[in-house]
Amino acid sequence: MTDETAKVEELVHKEYEHGFVTDIDTDTVAPGLNEDVIALISAKKEEPEWLLEWRLDAFRHWTRMTEPGWAHVHYPTIDYQAISYYSAPKAKEDGPKSLDEVDPKLLETYEKLGIPLHEQKMLAGVAVDAVFDSVSVATTFKEKLADAGVVFCSFSEAVQNHPDLVREYLGSVVPVADNYYAALNSAVFTDGSFCFIPKNTRCPMELSTYFRINAANTGQFERTLIVAEEGSYVSYLEGCTAPMRDENQLHAAVVELVALDNAEIKYSTVQNWYPGDENGVGGIYNFVTKRGDCRGAGSRISWTQVETGSAITWKYPSCILRGDNSSGEFYSVAVTNNYQQADTGTKMIHLGKNTRSTIISKGISAGKAQNAYRGLVKISKNADNARNYTQCDSLLMGDTCGAHTFPYIETGNAGAIVEHEATTSKISDDQLFYCRQRGIDEEDAVNMIVNGFCKDVFKELPMEFAVEAQKLLNITLEGAVG
Amino acid sequence: MLTIKDLQVRVEEKQILKGLNLSVNAGEVHAIMGPNGSGKSTLANILAGKDGYDVTGGAVEYEGRDLFELSPEERAREGIFLAFQYPVEIPGVNNIYLLKAALNAIRAHRGQPPLDAVEFLQVVRQRMQLVKMDESLLNRSVNEGFSGGEKKRNEIFQMAVLEPRLAILDETDSGLDIDALKTVAEGVNTLRAESRAIVLVTHYQRLLNYIAPDYVHVLSDGKIIRSGDRGLAVELEEKGYDWVRQGAKAA
Repeated sequence: MTDETAKVEELVHKEYEHGFVTDIDTDTVAPGLNEDVIALISAKKEEPEWLLEWRLDAFRHWTRMTEPGWAHVHYPTIDYQAISYYSAPKAKEDGPKSLDEVDPKLLETYEKLGIPLHEQKMLAGVAVDAVFDSVSVATTFKEKLADAGVVFCSFSEAVQNHPDLVREYLGSVVPVADNYYAALNSAVFTDGSFCFIPKNTRCPMELSTYFRINAANTGQFERTLIVAEEGSYVSYLEGCTAPMRDENQLHAAVVELVALDNAEIKYSTVQNWYPGDENGVGGIYNFVTKRGDCRGAGSRISWTQVETGSAITWKYPSCILRGDNSSGEFYSVAVTNNYQQADTGTKMIHLGKNTRSTIISKGISAGKAQNAYRGLVKISKNADNARNYTQCDSLLMGDTCGAHTFPYIETGNAGAIVEHEATTSKISDDQLFYCRQRGIDEEDAVNMIVNGFCKDVFKELPMEFAVEAQKLLNITLEGAVG
Repeated sequence: MLTIKDLQVRVEEKQILKGLNLSVNAGEVHAIMGPNGSGKSTLANILAGKDGYDVTGGAVEYEGRDLFELSPEERAREGIFLAFQYPVEIPGVNNIYLLKAALNAIRAHRGQPPLDAVEFLQVVRQRMQLVKMDESLLNRSVNEGFSGGEKKRNEIFQMAVLEPRLAILDETDSGLDIDALKTVAEGVNTLRAESRAIVLVTHYQRLLNYIAPDYVHVLSDGKIIRSGDRGLAVELEEKGYDWVRQGAKAA
């Protein structure tokens, strides 16, 4: 073992900053999954009959499916019968009507996470649909959004208040039987966010949701649906943290985006779930299905993600470029440290003519982590003049981590132009020494170099999110000098 | 300011410096000349604190302190600046951002408050003129896509902003055309000061046509074999390194 490696070993001790558990009574259903549990969830949420049927259909598909094993990740078998599928903070009568009615302890939790809701309401101009475990407890800025005709609410509320919209679009991008985790989510999802932007409307503010997993041994199954009608625009931010846990927690979310003619959806994620300790104990299993459908001509969907958390990440935010002249973008920074494993990337499915896609992926590995990019670019027969540009860069810190790239390209149209560039590099001693010789300490120098590496992605994030993302990156890689 | 006594340095089993002695005072400009492989860059790097060198003997004192007890960043904050022979590229890191971080780290060390963006830009604009640096280089990534001349200019520009007490210029003249060399040399001359020492490490004499050193030392095979004034450099240019080496052997 070289001195440098020894130093890395010694320095890679970064305790999870958000490691605390909020003491709140939870109304949790006993572990196990069968049709009765699904019926119970549906009943608790007072859902219409069609939605229960939809859930049961998903469940029946799921029981016939097997867990995918192709990803470059390893973990013990998950016992789906040992998971509790519903948990909600106890409500006194109805739900809280304003922040004053929210459990002060819960607000305190958000404070610790640096999300002062009551301040945000006045200052930030960001509407927050806060998800605590599985039920939304607070939403802000409803009025302003309502004036613009924008619907932004918890999924449960949408089911009650906008059933026709939900019924029309739910599952239209990610069908119930799409994949193992999506089927599971469809069967048991408890809440999430719903967003609808009407025709020719520019959403007056960035929409933001903070997710948080809390109750022990509770799976988290969020469902997000965003519909942007013709000529509309929305920017949606999703940020996540979770308290420290020893048991692995399963998270299987589904996000569906629908963009009609000339609509644009910008979806940004900063994901910071508990990654496990430095020995690889604990941490979130994050098996997420995110897909956007550029259904209309000239529509545009972009995914920007900064993934620093989770023990295991299995996630491929994708775009179906159905409308002519539509475009899809994927900007990703995935950071893995210690024993984290990430298999992430995107799928760009070109169906329409003159469709364009851009993929910029930055993978950073430190410690004993494994980081894989997996991407599919598919150009269908009728997608004349389709173009894709893919750039995949990997940065290694230390000599015990791994970076892998699995690009798949399927072209059915001879006129397509598909470009792929990939690089793998290490933070060089020369770069570090250069910065240190200028007076900058090692830690700051590493942060600077890593942030430089990620610049192309960070610049796609909204300003305040970009700042948060940089901070997270610095925290995640603290001490991981190689 | 800097006292090097009997310094012996090894790199991977190979002895590079074999008992080097040198004393540098504030206000002085020293030129260290020598053929390739004589140990010039090793000396520059070891003073700056680069990894990979084993000190097997001797001592270096800087401002009354044992230099080897300081980390590279501490040395920088204490006023040691190395203008690199091959400045490294750092993609995505803004040139001026790095410099601001550096300046504020040094200021913090001196107990001074950090400069805000406006104050910093004032300093930057003023110092840029010293080396006639193109403003477009400020907001490019550190050294990325810079020509050889631009990289060297950038080093001297950084030196102008950071105002070191001891500046070590490692082969700053290499890769420069004559105009760039003049500009860089003018920049360095402007930075000569009573409180500052400059050590020029160079293979060729031509830099010394523009920056007149107070002392010239010839480094050969890990030792300083001859010291003199500027005339030594001229003589060296005419007669070559073999002349000094033979002289040293005969002596």
